[in-house]
Amino acid sequence: MSSATLQAPEVPQRKSSGPAARSRRSGARGRQTAAAWILTLPFVVLFLAFTAGPVLGSLGMSFTDLKQRDLRTPFAVNGVGFSNYVKALQDETFRKAALNTAYFVLVGVPLTLALALAAAVLLDRGVKRFQSLFKVAYYLPVITSIVAIAVIWRFVLAPESGLLNTVLSWVGIDGPNWLASKTWAMPSLIMMAVWRNFGSAMIIFLAGLQGIPATVEEAGQLDGAGSWQRFRYLIVPLLRPTILFTSVTTGIGYLQFFEEPFVMTQGGPLNSTVSVSMYTYQQFGFGNYGVATAMSYILFVVIAVITFIQFRLLREK
Amino acid sequence: MRRTWWIYLIAVLGLIAVAAPFVWMLLGSFKTQGELLRVPPTWLPEAPTTQNYDDLFSKANFPRYFLNSTIVALAVTAGNLLFCSMVGYALAKLNFHGRNALFVVVLGTLMIPGVVTFVPLFVLVTNAGLANSYPGLILPFLVSPFGVFLMRQFFQGLPDDLMDAARVDGSSELGIFARIMLPLTRPALATLGILTFLGSWNNFLWPLVVAQTEEKYTLPVALALYSTGQNAQNFGLLMAGAVVVVLPVLVIFLAFQRHVTKGIAITGIK
Repeated sequence: MSSATLQAPEVPQRKSSGPAARSRRSGARGRQTAAAWILTLPFVVLFLAFTAGPVLGSLGMSFTDLKQRDLRTPFAVNGVGFSNYVKALQDETFRKAALNTAYFVLVGVPLTLALALAAAVLLDRGVKRFQSLFKVAYYLPVITSIVAIAVIWRFVLAPESGLLNTVLSWVGIDGPNWLASKTWAMPSLIMMAVWRNFGSAMIIFLAGLQGIPATVEEAGQLDGAGSWQRFRYLIVPLLRPTILFTSVTTGIGYLQFFEEPFVMTQGGPLNSTVSVSMYTYQQFGFGNYGVATAMSYILFVVIAVITFIQFRLLREK
Repeated sequence: MRRTWWIYLIAVLGLIAVAAPFVWMLLGSFKTQGELLRVPPTWLPEAPTTQNYDDLFSKANFPRYFLNSTIVALAVTAGNLLFCSMVGYALAKLNFHGRNALFVVVLGTLMIPGVVTFVPLFVLVTNAGLANSYPGLILPFLVSPFGVFLMRQFFQGLPDDLMDAARVDGSSELGIFARIMLPLTRPALATLGILTFLGSWNNFLWPLVVAQTEEKYTLPVALALYSTGQNAQNFGLLMAGAVVVVLPVLVIFLAFQRHVTKGIAITGIK
């Protein structure tokens, strides 16, 4: 159905300014306001109760000594100022968790984006037949439950009967006991996260690539630029907004690194894979609600600052 | 033509790298415990058995977890389709005070990590007597900023002329939304519905906190607890459990993948 067939005849009321027109207009405005109220009310109620309220509640709790035993009387607890924040920042495991999370983000995000971009270029420029088959297949891990992925990957990473070490043994490499090694546990989780997530950035890159007109590359070709030069000096600069966008969203996701260590290593061995989110969850499990919320707010502030910086970079170009 | 064969070779190698763990899981679920531990590992099951699935559905109560996951995911999806389209329409097409403020708040909450809200949410849900209940699992997810954002984007693409024409014909504002505009967003609703269902099906942290007894476990929670508890040694059971968690989303995704990838590309958000 085209909109032209349903187009209303020109109604001059918008331009007239007599009192009748004004009251008719404010009547229409009133009806729209009433409708907007009805349409947004359920959302606003649910949003206040289950998102905005808890966000503020979390901030409030982070300044109290709320413990599990006070669960029924959350308003009768004492304020403790910034001591939960101090406690968190002085906690050695929390610092270890912050370092681990930084390691995960700084290595994981570039790897994920590089693989996603490579796959997107491969599919967009190289693979003409079966393109959607490859696209769907590369995207599959993104929609798979992390818990199921963890179960599968425990077998992939198993020391002797594992898929990865079996493949490595074909080329004469004696693979480590990935998840039990202090050195290799984190790279294992990064490998798994990259495998799982690159498809989601790939889809966005594909959309970005399809927005670049073919004439750009043809012009580069005429000027004698090789395919690597065309990629480096034409495609990458034009994709810059897309790259920054995916780095923001992937970064936000990776900063909340929780499920991988929770199901794969429980933070071990020797806290080498414990993340900020996971340590927060552990503190919650111990009933230290004040400290747990303080930790989650520290993470939130870090995410907000990084996002803000990245958006500034995004706007400049 | 000479150039393309190695491009396809790379693409196929990538495909194998992505698919191998899935295939490994599916084949593994039909192996015996002894074969799963063998060094070097086997690819095809030597003596295929459905014992793991039998155990899953008899001993491990997986039908219950499957039902719980389905109930929660369907309820969350229905809520999101209804409420997010209502708000999305109001934000895109209606003139009212506070519209911009509401939109800014919605956008702002897109980046709040889940871990920030779950402690106070837990206190709230526990005090409301909703711990270990379906409402406790469902209510916090009935609306999502992402859904509002997605629906708003789609509604904005629809022409205002349609609404004006309906107004001239004497239709009420809510009638315009329900009878004229909403049916036109069917593709957007499909996208939102599938993404919400997949997200809810795979959701892990909140159900882990709220579901305290076995009757309320969802599939990921059950699988995670099985894979870290005493049952962690029963590898065949875990493999079969993973298949049961993955298979429904796989089928839904393959059937509607166009909508999923389109929605991701449009909003740029997973």
